[in-house]
Amino acid sequence: MEAGLTFVLPLLLAPLLLGVINRTKAFVAGRTGQPLLQPYHDLLKLLRKGVVYSRTATWVFRAGPIVGLAAVLIATALVPLGGAPAAVGFPGDLILVAYLLGLMRFFTVLAALDTGSSFEGMGASREVTFSALAEPTLLLGLAAVARQTGSLSLSTMYAGINLATWTHVGPALALLAGALLIVFLTENARIPIDDPTTHLELTMIHEVMVLDHSGPDLAFILYGSALKLWLLGALLVGIIVPVRTGIIWIDMVSTLAGLFVLAVVTGLIESSMARWRLIRLPQLLAGAGALAALALALILR
Amino acid sequence: MLLVLLAVALLLASACAALLTQKSYRWSTGCAVGGAVAASLLGMFPSVRILLGAPVESLRLPWSVPYGAFFVAVDALSAFFLVPIFVLSALAAVYGAEYLQTYRDRRALGPAWFFFNLLVASMVLVVIARNAVLFLVAWEVMALASFFLVTFEDEKESVRDAGWVYLVATHLGTAFLLALFILLGSTAGSPDFDQFSVAPSQAGLLFVLALVGFGAKAGFMPLHVWLPEAHPAAPSHVSALMSGVMIKTGIYGLVRTFTFLAQSAAPPPAWWGWLLCAVGLTSGIFGVLFALAQHDLKRLLAYHSVENIGIIALGLGVGLLGLSTGMPTLAALGFAGGLLHVLNHALFKGLLFLGAGAVAHAAGTREIDHLGGLLKRMPWTGLTFLIGAVAISGLPPLNGFVSELLIYLGAFHGLTAAASATAVSVLCVIGGLALIGGLAAACFTKAFGIVFLGEPRSDHAAQAHEPGLAMRLPMLLLAAGCVLIGLLAPLAVHALAPVLANVTGLSPQVVRTHVAPAGRIFPFVTAGGIGLLGVVAALAGVRSWLLSGRPVATNVTWDCGYTQPTPRMQYTASSFAQPLTDLFGILLQTRRRLVPPTGLFPRGASLATDTADVCAERLYAPVFLGIGRGLAALRWLQHGRVHLYVLYIALTLVVLLIWKLG
Amino acid sequence: MDLWTDSILVFLALTSLLLLGSSRLFHCIRIVAFQGILLGLLTLVAHRGALSLRPLALATAIIGLKGVAFPWLLARVLRDAEVQREVEPLVSYTVSMLIGTLMLALSLWLSQRLPLPTTPIASLLVPVALFTILAGLFVIISRRKALNQVLGYLVLENGIYTFGVGLVQGTPMVVELGVLLDVFVAVFVMGIALFHINREFDHVDADRLVVLRDWTP
Repeated sequence: MEAGLTFVLPLLLAPLLLGVINRTKAFVAGRTGQPLLQPYHDLLKLLRKGVVYSRTATWVFRAGPIVGLAAVLIATALVPLGGAPAAVGFPGDLILVAYLLGLMRFFTVLAALDTGSSFEGMGASREVTFSALAEPTLLLGLAAVARQTGSLSLSTMYAGINLATWTHVGPALALLAGALLIVFLTENARIPIDDPTTHLELTMIHEVMVLDHSGPDLAFILYGSALKLWLLGALLVGIIVPVRTGIIWIDMVSTLAGLFVLAVVTGLIESSMARWRLIRLPQLLAGAGALAALALALILR
Repeated sequence: MLLVLLAVALLLASACAALLTQKSYRWSTGCAVGGAVAASLLGMFPSVRILLGAPVESLRLPWSVPYGAFFVAVDALSAFFLVPIFVLSALAAVYGAEYLQTYRDRRALGPAWFFFNLLVASMVLVVIARNAVLFLVAWEVMALASFFLVTFEDEKESVRDAGWVYLVATHLGTAFLLALFILLGSTAGSPDFDQFSVAPSQAGLLFVLALVGFGAKAGFMPLHVWLPEAHPAAPSHVSALMSGVMIKTGIYGLVRTFTFLAQSAAPPPAWWGWLLCAVGLTSGIFGVLFALAQHDLKRLLAYHSVENIGIIALGLGVGLLGLSTGMPTLAALGFAGGLLHVLNHALFKGLLFLGAGAVAHAAGTREIDHLGGLLKRMPWTGLTFLIGAVAISGLPPLNGFVSELLIYLGAFHGLTAAASATAVSVLCVIGGLALIGGLAAACFTKAFGIVFLGEPRSDHAAQAHEPGLAMRLPMLLLAAGCVLIGLLAPLAVHALAPVLANVTGLSPQVVRTHVAPAGRIFPFVTAGGIGLLGVVAALAGVRSWLLSGRPVATNVTWDCGYTQPTPRMQYTASSFAQPLTDLFGILLQTRRRLVPPTGLFPRGASLATDTADVCAERLYAPVFLGIGRGLAALRWLQHGRVHLYVLYIALTLVVLLIWKLG
Repeated sequence: MDLWTDSILVFLALTSLLLLGSSRLFHCIRIVAFQGILLGLLTLVAHRGALSLRPLALATAIIGLKGVAFPWLLARVLRDAEVQREVEPLVSYTVSMLIGTLMLALSLWLSQRLPLPTTPIASLLVPVALFTILAGLFVIISRRKALNQVLGYLVLENGIYTFGVGLVQGTPMVVELGVLLDVFVAVFVMGIALFHINREFDHVDADRLVVLRDWTP
């Protein structure tokens, strides 16, 4: 039952996270901003529209959003919500999650290249660079948690992070959280890595890759990126919020609260910083990797 | 056993038949391809049977060569390597039948087919030989046959140079192998593999000799310099065979050496596993970085072979670490991952090279930046190349993910269960594999995207056409194999147990108990894969339902209002990889030649990048040039006067006689 | 009988010595032809006790090849090349003869000290064989014309054969035939090569072939 809920909640609530982020940014900027449920309205609007395809594009373009969404849907079934176990869990599922996200990225990039436009090519090239640098950090971070909790399944790993763990290896977990935050911002194209609201082609990474999608395809992409936001957020919040009372509802609600707090924090980060220059981003990612390595060193000691 | 030998005999006979009928290209091609396919079918039966658990078969015949004996045996390890040899050689032969048609007017095809079948036969012999002399003879025949195949188009100077580099590299490796087998044989007193045992004092030296000797064939860094030269120079079906199977014989030799070293019943020292992991990491990371910087499609694929050999070495290193720390699960998983990757890489690298050959055949060029938009003109080739690209990036649900998952599982197991020293090395393995995977995905989105997607960047590419059935069918079969192994992962893992028993020296039951936990994981992976495909189908259905009443239009790609977009404005391969190549520029040492646009209405500008192999330029070239310069001092001996040469001989003879008898 | 063997051996030594002093190429060819015939006779004499088909066939083959076929081939090449004499050898004829005598003395001395597995059929055999070998080598070293070098090679082979026939009783036929085949092929190839060298360069001076080396100091 709870496992099913762990799967259904993201499906329902993921766009709400996007709404929270936008609303926070508007609030900090002194505006009223979009309604909280605006992303849902956007998705429904897109689903009702027709679609325009580029003449250059092939079936790869049409397949990109579908494969991406399918991959992240399967991944959603594997990610726990804090102490609440995921719908499906088995040792080694963390690798499957990481590589499913990779599959989503692969097909999004191919769909971008299929349009034959230099803008999408630019976005695709940047996307693969930064995710290639972020992926080791993600896996090393998860490896640290695995080593600490002695398990290889995400559900068991995250169930094993409680207050005792924090008192035991608190500094390591804090460093880990920092590294995973940077990965979270990178993979979801948030400031300081990418600006989700800019539409200047030269400054976009994610937005420019989906420039030519329309209608239901764009809806799938938006929904998929919301799910990805949820997934990576859940991985991060599971470490930061060590509420493991054993009562599933309390754990789930606390992690949900944590997720929304993370969304607010993301909004605050986005409002307070500008996007960094692209040349500095590898340094940021290398820094994240160093944080993860340091956390591991502390755990291994 | 007899069937395998019959297969070898059939290959040799068809090779000679191809050579004899070289006047008619139809006959020679037919003989050779028929022989290859028939031999592969014959040979698959015993291989699969032994993999599924039949007992080892061996045969021993005397041979007049000193120390030699015709001692062959097929055990699980040999059978495991025989499977990709037979499968890929048959498919490559069928592909080559059509691929070589374009050359039929320029040269006789008989010798090419002769050497092809000879290469396959020698590879089979290498894998089943159990006598050092037989092994070395088969090894040398393999090297020479592949040399003649690489220099098929010897009218081009680049091909001749590549052949030369290949010949030198393979013989340097063989020199180390000679030392290895002489040492092993002299301690054992017999040149037969089952008599080899290793004294602990010699073990380290033997391991290093094997690593260098077999590593030169496999393509470990820094012994890989011949790979990016030889594989692009060879015709595509030969490149597929070489990259898919021939370099794996190096891995086979290395693993076979492990079994000798295991026969001495002492656990291997830990530094072996660390060294192999280090070699694997360097090969993997540098291989994929150099691949990113290439813009010749086949050279890119050749560097990817280096990378995948690095992944295999990582798996083997993890396995060795497991053996030395006494963690059988780590050993079983590591070796399973490494060996399964051997099979997987044979499938998808063979597929990719065949696809690259089809592209080169159709568009007339291997230069990625002159291609583009080929998916519309070559839909089947594009589809199979895409499957190969997804597989080689290690993405679910295909076979690359399965073998990388096994290595990850082994590494993670080592992480959670082991002491700190081992944990640090497996951490490097995890981080390295993740980085390699990310970079490989970057490289293959580039390769597939720039070659097959977008608009054609040149007229050649615009006029490309789909190749015929003989070239398409092998690619389709290999792609199907990738998908099958990806989805049937549990069976594959189960089938590896006899091989692992062979390699680790543990009994099959013990191996099965240790691999069983991993075996329980793979049904989930398969379920995930099938679920993925199901969800894709469902979403496609949902979308078409949504769009059923709605307008579906086509238009030009968004061009930001620019009035004259041309295909040349698309991203090129070099620009796609530029952020990564710039980031790692210090390792790649890319040379750029830039002619910038000048003036208010610039007429022309150009940018060319060229990434030469750093090892070849910084390591080998200075050493060989230095040796050449040193030896040039002795040039005065080569004065060219025949009389003096004979005088030297006669004088030596007389002096020796006088000295010895006086 | 010892007398036959000894006389054949003496003639062999004399022909080798004569070769060292000849400047006219047709004469040189005839000398070597005569040597070939001598060798055939030596084979017959050596197997005099057990005269069967094998030694007979071998002797015929030797006389046929070395006594007739090779000289004929070389003479034909010579006629095409239109040379008559070796005009200026690297070592002058007088000195050659002197060195020949020295070589004879050396072979006599060496043969005394050479430990042999079986006793030779005549005491003169080993010195003569050694001397023939050395003479052949010397001809190769000291003559300019390529034809002379072929002849020197033939004399060298003759010396080796003499060794063989005198020391080893009952060698397998295959070995003897193999050696013969080896010589046949070599001379055949050399004859063709001579023809081509002459056609290409218009001379048969082996000395001037030094320009073919690909490195100039």
